[in-house]
Amino acid sequence: MIRARCEVLSVRRAGLYSSLTLVAPEIADAAKPGQFVQVGVPDGREILLRRPFSIHQASRRGGWAGTVEVVFDVVGPGTAWLAEVRQHEFVDVIGPVGRPFVLPKEQQSCLLVGGGYGAAPLYFLAEELRAHGKNVAMIIGARTAERVFKPIEGKRLADTMWITTEDGSMGERGRVTDLLPDVVRKTGAQVVYACGPNAMLRAVAEDALARRVPCQVAVEELMACGLGVCWTCAVPLIASDGQGWWNVRACVEGPVFNGARVWWDRWLGDAEEITPAEGFEPMLEPETVEAGPR
Amino acid sequence: MPGDGAVLTDGRGIVSPPEPSLEVDLNGVRFATPVLAASGCFNTGREMAELVDLSRVGGIVTKSVTLNPRKGMPVPRMAETSSGMLNAIGLQNVGVTEFRAKEAPWIEGLLGVTPVIVSIAGRSVEEYAQVTIRVRDLPGVVAIEANISCPNVERRNQVFACHPDQAMEVVGAMSRLTVVPVFAKLTADVTNIVEVAEACVRAGAHGLSLINTLLGMAIDVETFRPKLGAVTGGLSGPAIKPVAVRCVHQVAQALPDVPILGIGGIRTAKDAVEFLLAGAWAVQVGTANFFDPQATVRIADGVRDFLARKGLRGPADLRGRVKVEDRVREPAYPGSG
Repeated sequence: MIRARCEVLSVRRAGLYSSLTLVAPEIADAAKPGQFVQVGVPDGREILLRRPFSIHQASRRGGWAGTVEVVFDVVGPGTAWLAEVRQHEFVDVIGPVGRPFVLPKEQQSCLLVGGGYGAAPLYFLAEELRAHGKNVAMIIGARTAERVFKPIEGKRLADTMWITTEDGSMGERGRVTDLLPDVVRKTGAQVVYACGPNAMLRAVAEDALARRVPCQVAVEELMACGLGVCWTCAVPLIASDGQGWWNVRACVEGPVFNGARVWWDRWLGDAEEITPAEGFEPMLEPETVEAGPR
Repeated sequence: MPGDGAVLTDGRGIVSPPEPSLEVDLNGVRFATPVLAASGCFNTGREMAELVDLSRVGGIVTKSVTLNPRKGMPVPRMAETSSGMLNAIGLQNVGVTEFRAKEAPWIEGLLGVTPVIVSIAGRSVEEYAQVTIRVRDLPGVVAIEANISCPNVERRNQVFACHPDQAMEVVGAMSRLTVVPVFAKLTADVTNIVEVAEACVRAGAHGLSLINTLLGMAIDVETFRPKLGAVTGGLSGPAIKPVAVRCVHQVAQALPDVPILGIGGIRTAKDAVEFLLAGAWAVQVGTANFFDPQATVRIADGVRDFLARKGLRGPADLRGRVKVEDRVREPAYPGSG
């Protein structure tokens, strides 16, 4: 983790979303897909806490020019402030934070599933996977066509790409999960990666588990610090032997988790029981290689 | 006081006051700066070490440790509020056995870097006693903080600091079991905090940590649901500072010889000075660490600048110096004025 005052290179619209590019050479050098940055809000505001944004692109140009790009939707006072930040202003950034996606050692066929602007880190991941010689298929979904995140870039990056919208205004009508079984069959996906709304992650992870396909999800949970000290971003994670569970921190133990080990019922639902009666199945942990500078 | 230190020259004949020292002595418990990291906001410093020079942090109060592991509350555990935040973690921690195994070597490694205060929480007097026995011998631990005021517990009657007699029982049991100084961390959610403070001191508390988060609640008006999984939670951040300053002032007036660690919404050096003026001997910074990992260092530097500007020698020169004599005050509580 590095803390830096970073110059804003650009703030752009990306469809209905905003995209912020920061001059952050050290963070860009260290960044891996799935990791995020914590952007500090200036003093003198009613809001205090940093805002986490997953890294959409890290361009490692060596030396001084490296940049990090994040994508966001204006959903509250923090993102409203950020959308008004101007070029050449400086913002306080900590990053890269968290555990990244890991790349498969053996498996060749990778499927990336994204919802809304949550798909942003998957483009970074797709580049890494391609650089490691993997086949990349993508399904990107959103409510409407204008909320589909960077479909053209997606088509350029992926070997095959599907788009879904709930209103049918782009691609197939429906949700990414409607298309999932068909795409998994067609692509012979051996590894699934997902990023987007937590309910979508759950559906993707459960589908993958049923097919015995390893699945990594990048989750989102409210975090006060993003540094591993506040313990607010708790995700109930099942032990790797299936015996018991523990609340882990999405910021430092995540945000990328093995989808089969997240106890979705307890995290997203209202599971009351403290320990599952019959334990969990032992989980799929494929051999992996770290993503990173090529 | 101001200006009565030795007069020095800078070699060019200009008279300058002596460089202030940030060292504080809380009746035998010493810190290199009066700005410590508060419990639940710094763990044991391991994660923060990447972003802040721990040798410049006045001290670290660990996240509270309990006898057995606790998994804590369901999410959402946090809600941002105006100039503050609510949290309901529920004292999640690995329990004292694993704490000893994993954190003791790290804490020992902090010897000579920064002093550590272990915070203890529990559901019963017995639990506080059992944990005290298991942490009292850890090298690097200069004090124990009795967290008897966490609002995120299953039942309100587990907030021992809401009742002077219960607070006394816990602090008494802990103090009898160790020569390590015990600081009692109190809540402002009581009618008379002075009464609780006095009970803790009578029971053997070396000092007092004032204050813990305030019990609060926030509701999502779209869904009609509480914003926290636990419904209620602890309010922290600048929003609670005036409440904390008031508590420190009241307790310091009643117990001027008892070391007070002032806590509650400290974000700037000015905030820290305010607590010192109210009667704190040192302060702890909590929520500010979340958005500024270097907050403790930045604030200590600012306190040094403030002392230099005022020609003071150290934080003790500020302690309890708030001038209230010329103010007409209503008694804080019936009969206490």
